[in-house]
Amino acid sequence: MFRLLVIWFVVSFGFGILLVEPLNEIRLGGYKLGFWFAQQGSIFVFIALIFYFAAAMTRFEREYQEETER
Amino acid sequence: MSLTLLTYLVVGSTFAVYIGIAIATRASSTKDFYVADGGVHPIANGMATAADWMSAASFISMAGLIALSYNGYGGSVFLMGWTGGYVLLALLIAPYLRKYGKYTVPDFIGERYYSDTARVVAVICLVLCSVTYVIGQMKGVGVAFSRFLETDYETGLGIGMFIVFFYAVLGGMKGITYTQIAQYCVLITAYTIPAIFISLQLTGNPLPQLGLGSTLTGTDVYLLDKLDLILLDLGFQEYTTTLRGSTLNMVAFTASLMIGTAGLPHVIIRFFTVPSVAAARRSAGWALVFIAVLYTTAPALAAMARLNIVDTMQQSDGQALFIEDKPGWFENWEQTGLLKVEDLNGDGRIEYTSDPKTNELTKLDNDILVLANPEIANLPNWVIALVAAGGLAAALSTAAGLLLAISSAISHDLLKSTYMPSISDKAELRASRIAMAVAVLGAGYLGLNPPGFAAGTVALAFGLAASSLFPALLMGIFARRVNREGAVAGMLAGISVTLLYVFQHKGIMFIPDTGFLGTMSPNWFFGIEPNAFGVVGALVNFTVAFTVSWLTSPPPSSVDELLDFLHEPCDVAP
Repeated sequence: MFRLLVIWFVVSFGFGILLVEPLNEIRLGGYKLGFWFAQQGSIFVFIALIFYFAAAMTRFEREYQEETER
Repeated sequence: MSLTLLTYLVVGSTFAVYIGIAIATRASSTKDFYVADGGVHPIANGMATAADWMSAASFISMAGLIALSYNGYGGSVFLMGWTGGYVLLALLIAPYLRKYGKYTVPDFIGERYYSDTARVVAVICLVLCSVTYVIGQMKGVGVAFSRFLETDYETGLGIGMFIVFFYAVLGGMKGITYTQIAQYCVLITAYTIPAIFISLQLTGNPLPQLGLGSTLTGTDVYLLDKLDLILLDLGFQEYTTTLRGSTLNMVAFTASLMIGTAGLPHVIIRFFTVPSVAAARRSAGWALVFIAVLYTTAPALAAMARLNIVDTMQQSDGQALFIEDKPGWFENWEQTGLLKVEDLNGDGRIEYTSDPKTNELTKLDNDILVLANPEIANLPNWVIALVAAGGLAAALSTAAGLLLAISSAISHDLLKSTYMPSISDKAELRASRIAMAVAVLGAGYLGLNPPGFAAGTVALAFGLAASSLFPALLMGIFARRVNREGAVAGMLAGISVTLLYVFQHKGIMFIPDTGFLGTMSPNWFFGIEPNAFGVVGALVNFTVAFTVSWLTSPPPSSVDELLDFLHEPCDVAP
């Protein structure tokens, strides 16, 4: 979970705000990369994070359950 | 068919659907009323959460805020702040509160901090931030009605109050959940259709998210590069790079909106309606998917509409537009007062510049970007009517969710759990309906008086939630050592600091000139604007809570048991 929060922080505060200037030197089509992270990319990453977390937790709980039942 | 008639028709039929759903799914027990019987499918709950969450501010104002007030990049704080909060909610808050398994947020705070005082303080914080937020929605309803149905603002507000009251009171959580699903469908269609049309017109790409990064039709110039150039030309700053205040201010603003999102009670209680903890986690993901449809469209809409407006203002020879050549939508919106033109130098042209001395487009309201969009892009009348219905859906769904949070806090936490434990199920249900009625009337009153109040409320609500409820919940779930005294002191300190900071710069209750430190930015603490102050309030809350907890006795063993239970992996259905 801690790793997921690090990613959350890096894509939004990191890429979107703190590192926006160097990233803006890189282009993604018509987007400057930093601008893209701030207005589009970070949101897509957020969605992926939540679904990854939900799946990982379900897997963990299933394993835990199998272990305790044994 | 005339536009007004068409609008009445579209808005009227959507309302008929909402009210029909509310009647068909009305609540019969307190469990129905508070958590829709705990049987809502995660995807359905995600959709309802999205409608609950996306308010009049998201629908009507956000694109304009990004494009005009925050000049593009600065507006990213809203996009990241209002979506990033869901990550916190899904990872840190929602699954644990779902596992706890009661109806309300103060329920949890009261039990975790083993104290009725903590519960009552939580109710006060909840009511404060929810009521301020409802007022913003009521204003949205009033504005939407007055513009599209040609009533005055007060009448619009009155009609809005009546409708919200009717279905929220009748249906409870169950009715609200299913109407919110219908409202999501209406508002997302209304938002995306104009955006798709505009993206097609400008870039030939039907997806606004891709269109924003594409070249303009028939040229090899990228849309954003063109926009940057034109704005620089007119004396504005670059669209894609201009900061809002300072980097620190942007970080603080984004963080405040994120933790405010994760602490808003009407969003949290939505996760009590799903059948299991695993469903709560998935449901947060779905909610964000449905929200992201609008939130990734908004920045595209913002940039494209801004470009359209700037283009309209300039003739092909690079000169400003002649007043007599102005398009029809200009006049329509001048009548509403959202758009104003003054020919200052009397040359018969409208100059649009960043300098207030020469700028002749003297008023360009943020809301106009979404509301006038279909007209600017020459879309058919039914699209305009749909936008009206969408704005109302956004405002009503949020208002209903907030009212439910308020009424359940009062009837369940204040009456049932604290002052009248012997109250019967039926009386409790009646009490929550009465509480809701009082909240509707109160919010309606504050939507009118004081006049400047409604405009500032949404940002204030986030600041209050961020500084009071979010820290109390987070520490309640993860910090075993934080005790009753710490939590109460923390919540009170956080919320007072935030309220004080906002009022001292923006006026008490937003009445101008009652602010005692002035609105001027040199007086801002580290250059952080009042709207972004929630995160500082939250830090104060954490600090006070930890300090006080360490100085007083540790919590009883029942808290350890509660936390063990919350953190124990739960059973998965085979």
